[in-house]
This record gives sequence, C-alpha cells and structure tokens, in this order.
Amino acid sequence: MDLTVRGVVRRFGPVTALAGVDLTVAEGELLTILGPSGSGKTTLLKVVAGFEIPDEGTVRLGSEDVTLAPPRQRDVGMVFQNYALFPHLTVAQNVAFPLEMRRMPKPERDRRVAEALALVELAGYEARLPRQLSGGQQQRVALARAIVFNPRLLLLDEPFGALDRKLRESMQLEVRRLQRRLKLTTLFITHDQEEALILSDRVAVMNAGRIEQVGTPGDVYARPATRFVADFVGESNLLEGRASGDAAAEVPGLGRIALARAAGAAGDRTTLLLRPEALRVGAEAAALPNRAHGRIVETVFLGLSVKLRLRLDGGLELLARLPLRPSEPLPAAEGETVPLGFAPEDVHVVGG
Amino acid sequence: MSSVAEARAAPSRARPDPERARERTLLLLAAPALLVLGVLFVWPLLRLLSMSVADGTLAQFEKAALDSLYIAVLWDSMEIALFVTAICLVLAYPVSLWLVQAGRLGFILGMFFLLLPFWTSVLVRTYAWMVLLGRSGVINRMLRDWGLIEAPLPLLHNLTGVLIGMVHVLLPYMVFPIYAALLRIDPDLKRAAEGLGAPAWRVFLRVTLPLSLPGVFAGCALVFVISLGFFITPALLGGGRVIMIAMLIEQQVREFLDWPFAAALATVLLAATLVIYAALGRLTGGQAHAAR
Repeated sequence: MDLTVRGVVRRFGPVTALAGVDLTVAEGELLTILGPSGSGKTTLLKVVAGFEIPDEGTVRLGSEDVTLAPPRQRDVGMVFQNYALFPHLTVAQNVAFPLEMRRMPKPERDRRVAEALALVELAGYEARLPRQLSGGQQQRVALARAIVFNPRLLLLDEPFGALDRKLRESMQLEVRRLQRRLKLTTLFITHDQEEALILSDRVAVMNAGRIEQVGTPGDVYARPATRFVADFVGESNLLEGRASGDAAAEVPGLGRIALARAAGAAGDRTTLLLRPEALRVGAEAAALPNRAHGRIVETVFLGLSVKLRLRLDGGLELLARLPLRPSEPLPAAEGETVPLGFAPEDVHVVGG
Repeated sequence: MSSVAEARAAPSRARPDPERARERTLLLLAAPALLVLGVLFVWPLLRLLSMSVADGTLAQFEKAALDSLYIAVLWDSMEIALFVTAICLVLAYPVSLWLVQAGRLGFILGMFFLLLPFWTSVLVRTYAWMVLLGRSGVINRMLRDWGLIEAPLPLLHNLTGVLIGMVHVLLPYMVFPIYAALLRIDPDLKRAAEGLGAPAWRVFLRVTLPLSLPGVFAGCALVFVISLGFFITPALLGGGRVIMIAMLIEQQVREFLDWPFAAALATVLLAATLVIYAALGRLTGGQAHAAR
C-alpha cells in the first residue's frame, strides 16, 4: 500500500529532528531515506512505524490516516538494526509471533511460517534459537517475521550494518529480489550511499531534518539538487565560481570553464560538480575544451580503478578516477605533472 | 577450555605470560579479604561442623532425624521462607517494573524507601514494627478510630507479624535482581512486539516476563535462603509462637549447652540451604542462558 507523509514536524525540546517532511512511497516501490547520522532519518522511521507521534503533519497508509494509530494497528513490518529477535523463542515462534497476535488458527499459522522461512531459505531451522544462528541467518529470520503477515508496508532500519562486506552484498540483493517478488512497499533507512544507489527505486536524501532531494539513484548521482547531496552521494569535485552569463563560469584556480548551458546571470555565485570519473588524465585530455595541468600527489589503488589526487598550480585539488586494465600501465606516477581535461557536458551546475 | 589453556601454558615456560601475571596480581589484591574470610569464617565453620561428629558417630544427626520436633521446625522454617519469598515476589515485580521506567526523581525516591531498612539496625527496626503492629499499636488504633474494625487485629506475636517483618527487610533482595533483569531487556524487543501487533499485556506476557525470569529465580533463591536462617525478626515478632530453625539452634547452645547437637542442626540447615541453592542455581543458569 502506498505511504504518504505530509508536513511532518517532530521536535525534542530545543532540537528539531524533523522540520517539515513530505514524502510519498508508491505501492510496490522501494524508497531509501539516505542521510548522515543526526539527519532525522531514524525519527522519520519511528513516526512511520508509530513509535513517535509527530508534533505536526500526517502519515497515511493508502487512504487511512495512521498519524495517531498505535504501532500494533498499523500492519507495518519492520526489520530492526539489531534484528530484535526474541531471544527466548525459536525461529518458528519468532516468525509466528505476528500471526499469533492476529489470532490466526494454528494450522494456517504453521503453513505461513513454513512459507516465509522457505522464502528466506531457512527451511529446517524452525527449532533453533536466535543465538544459534549466524548474523546473516538472524537477519533472514527478522525479515521473515516482518513479511509473514503481509504487511501494508515494510520498514528496514539499516539492517545490513552489522554484516561483513560479502554477506552484506548478497543480503542486499536477496532483500531486493524478495521485495520485488512480493511487490512490498518498502521504506529503507541507511547512511550508506552506495547501498542506497544499489537497492532503491528512488532515493530521498535527508539532511538536518529535511529532505533535500528525491529522485532515482541515477538522478541523485548525476544531477544533485543541492551542494549537500552532491557532496554526500558519491565522490565529487565541487568547484565554487561565478557564472559568466553565457554557457561558462569563472572558477578560481581553473580559469574559465565551458559549460553545456548557462549557470545563471553574469556574476552569480555558482557551485559546479565534476565527478572524479569524468575528469580525464593524460593524452585523451588534449581534445577536451576544459584543460589544465596537475601534479599527482596521491595514488589509491581500488582494484577495478585507481583514484588520483591532483594538485593544480593555484593549489586547487581535484580527484580523478581512472578505469584500470591489467594490460595498461598507469598513465603517470606520483609526483609527475599530467594534462587534465573534462567535457562541458560532464559538469553539473548544482541546484541549476 | 583446558586445551586452550594448555596451548597457552606450553610456551610460557620460555617467556613471561602477561595473562598469567595479571591473574597473579588480581589474586594478590583479593588476598587480604580471602585471609579474613578464611580465619574468621571458614575455620570456625569447619570447627563447628566437626563438633557434630566429635564423638566419632552420627548419633547427633540421628537424634535430629528421630525427634519430630526438629523435623517439624525445619519444615516450618521452609514454609515461612516460602511464604516470605512468594510475598516478596508479588510485591517486588511491580516495583521493579516501575523502577525501570521511572524518571530520575522516582528512581531515587524508590531506591531510598527500598534501602531504608538496610540503614536501620535490626533491633530498632524490629521494635518499631512491634510499636506499629501491637494490640494497641499504631495500626490497630488507627483502624479502630476510623471505625473499620471493632476488636484489634492480631498482627503481632504470630505468623503475620513475622512475615511482615521479614518481607520488609528482604524486599530489596528480590527487587534488585528483577530490576537488573528488566533493565537488560533490549527496548527494541518491546517495540518489535508492539509493531508486530501485540497489545501491552501480550508484550508483557510473551516478551518482558519470560526474559525477566532469570532475575525472578535469582531473587527467589536469595530471599528463600536468607529467610531460612532468620533469627532476630521471628524471635521478637513471633513472640515465641513462631519457631524457626535458627532459634532452635540458639536455644541448644544457650540453654542446654549442647554444642554437638547444635552443630548437627546447623549442619543440616547448611546442607538444606546448599541443596536448594544448587537446584535454583541450575534452573537460573539454564534460564539465563536461554535468555541471552
């Protein structure tokens, strides 16, 4: 069922955790709330789950206003950060808990539990206690418990944080598959921008109690609406300068930069975003309209790519990310000065 | 466990093992206390126990087992301890629940009243109860003034008085373990239960109560075992009509100077206590394990 949050404000004494949040999650969509700690994303989750009552605004599930409804009446499945499995109950009893609360007859309950455990590939683990399971298995139990009663909405509160990298990636894909298959409307909370980009239909970037931008992962990455989004999502070179009126801008340390379109009226302050992978290094830079020279001050090997920190004459530093193929050597070593260049189309005017 | 210890111990011949050194230092720190306990407690206890078999036979134990008085008193003592434990549990659980969610001020006030009996001498506390509970004591007079009763209630020099006095002192021993167990429960578990559709009373029955059981068992074991050896409170508030095993032992020593027999009774009490402790400990251990 679709979720609509309108004008939600939540204050804790002098602190405003949510400063007017509007958000819509369409039926069957996975929307990620991405933000640093303290951005208000956890408070928003609690408001949606019913553990916090907002000072202003409304929360709707479908057409029903649930702003003041207690959690037990919301039919919302939630996977907690630490899973919150009942330690004294077996896997099957944990998963059966929401069905038991709904007074479902035992035969049907057992059938649904078996189904849910099969979905998360934990058939055969019914009689185990949570502490007898690995972190990944515990998370699957938590997931099974959250979906077994066909919730109207699924909430995921940073569920992958405690897992090691490999397991995290496979769990992410598994959750995504399951969510698509069951067409579950899902609100996912994370501070990990990579995770947000991989998993989401849409991403809402939160900062200081507000949503700064909502869009597809591609949108948010390539066309950030604010400086915060540009900085928080992915790696970035943020260039401060002034618009020249035509399709160009004046950036201290780089000079005049050609843009795909005007960045504002002549003299306006502007922030330009250049992703590290759009910055060319070496011979291929020569043919591009925007050129400079930089000395390589740091090289970081990342497996599939290499990251270079380059210092320009004026002291300005730029990051470049170059694909790495085993057959090709690095274009230059640390300490060398290399030509740089980038295309006008690869420069995004932030907020423009 | 032992194989790990061995593996670690093997190379330690050649070089100093920091873990070992640390253990030695810790032992040294505990040494003064261990010495005091050994000299003033363990040694006299062993002396007393050896007295019960001083004549080389088990005659003293035979006497205790054959005389129905002693068996009856031991049985009564256990019954009283059981009553005290049950009453403490019923009173302590709600108090613990309240303490866990009370604000700072409520917590301090609650703790103050709970710990008050600890700051008062046993005699003062017990005589204060006599003033309150007597036939013309504060409580009876108040109830009569209000017209709630005609004749004074028998509150003193009977089982009721003993129970009131004992529960008063022992309540904290029940509250603290339960409070600690409740405090250890992850608040997200209650949230999860609520979110999954449980109303408050079902959250309590299905999550809070089972997870607090280790504390309940620990509290019951403490209160029961301490009750079993109570002496001053039942002696004064029971008015001679309630006899517990500790009073009987004291009587053997003071009136009949029968040290060997007193030692035998003490040994029986100690053994009974240890058995109950072990049994409850096993139950508690299993529970604590399941709750983790």
